Amino acid sequence: MVLNNIEKLLKKYENGETSLKEEQQLKNYFSQETVEPHLEMYKPMFAYFSVNQQEQFTKDIPLKTKRIFNYKWISIAAVAVLMIGFYFKSNTAKDDLGTYDDPQLAYNEVVKSLAMISTQFNKGTSTVGYLNEMSKGTATLSYLNEIENTRNIIFKPNN
Amino acid sequence: MTQTEFLNIVMPFKDKVFRLAKRLLVSTEEAEDATQEVLIKLWNNQSKFEEYKNVEAFSMTMTKNFCLDKLKSKQSQNLKIVHSNYQDNSVSLQKEVEFKDSLDWVGRIMEELPEQQKMVIQLRDIEQYELEEICKMLDMNNTAVRVALSRARKTIRERLTNTHSYGIK
Repeated sequence: MVLNNIEKLLKKYENGETSLKEEQQLKNYFSQETVEPHLEMYKPMFAYFSVNQQEQFTKDIPLKTKRIFNYKWISIAAVAVLMIGFYFKSNTAKDDLGTYDDPQLAYNEVVKSLAMISTQFNKGTSTVGYLNEMSKGTATLSYLNEIENTRNIIFKPNN
Repeated sequence: MTQTEFLNIVMPFKDKVFRLAKRLLVSTEEAEDATQEVLIKLWNNQSKFEEYKNVEAFSMTMTKNFCLDKLKSKQSQNLKIVHSNYQDNSVSLQKEVEFKDSLDWVGRIMEELPEQQKMVIQLRDIEQYELEEICKMLDMNNTAVRVALSRARKTIRERLTNTHSYGIK
């Protein structure tokens, strides 16, 4: 009875028509120590299937967490650096240049610095005086016009 | 998604991915590499995870495609054949040796099957997927899967019968 059933199942199995449940039945039957001699060749087939089902993947999976570069943090860091910079700057910078208490002394200082400015200024203008030479030069150049005139007399202008 | 969450999803079927890869690529090392590759691809595409209806089926399809590509490429011209260590139920040494030997035979016969039949029999008889699932994974129709399955089973049985009765291949 059982054998009959198994043979029927095997036929279905070879046609690819068995359900998973029926295949399990076959597997169970062929996992026995002894099976019918004429069905002996099926034994290694099913044994192979169950043995192979046990094989496992043992290597570990090298997962790299994707590093998403966060620009938000960069901007925050930049702002922080700027703030620190401003803070130290304002500490050291001095807008105050100092004043004189005595008006006479202040007057003297002003006169001195103004005098210095005027001497330097005169030095500058004296070099600019050479520009007169330049205009003199251009005046002599105006003689070239004479050449032009005479040429016009000799050669008739083209039109 | 954190790594642990991902691993929890992947753990149940990573062995199946590995075994399918090994069925196609034969060598254990190649299969391990392929499995890693597939899982890393999954991890990198985790943003699309919700779109996949069935992550497991999707991974199996990915594995299939990856391995077939691998087989096509020149890289795999020198695949090694590595036999796995079979566990035995320790009967007698003689029986044990016989058992192991016959299992080797089945393995060798399976290796000679066409790739499609290999995959179908792997997914059905070893991983025990429903036919509809296999259809989806391999992108085949129901009849084609059934036919491939039937042919593979018949081939294995015939070869085994020959080996069994005459001791030849």
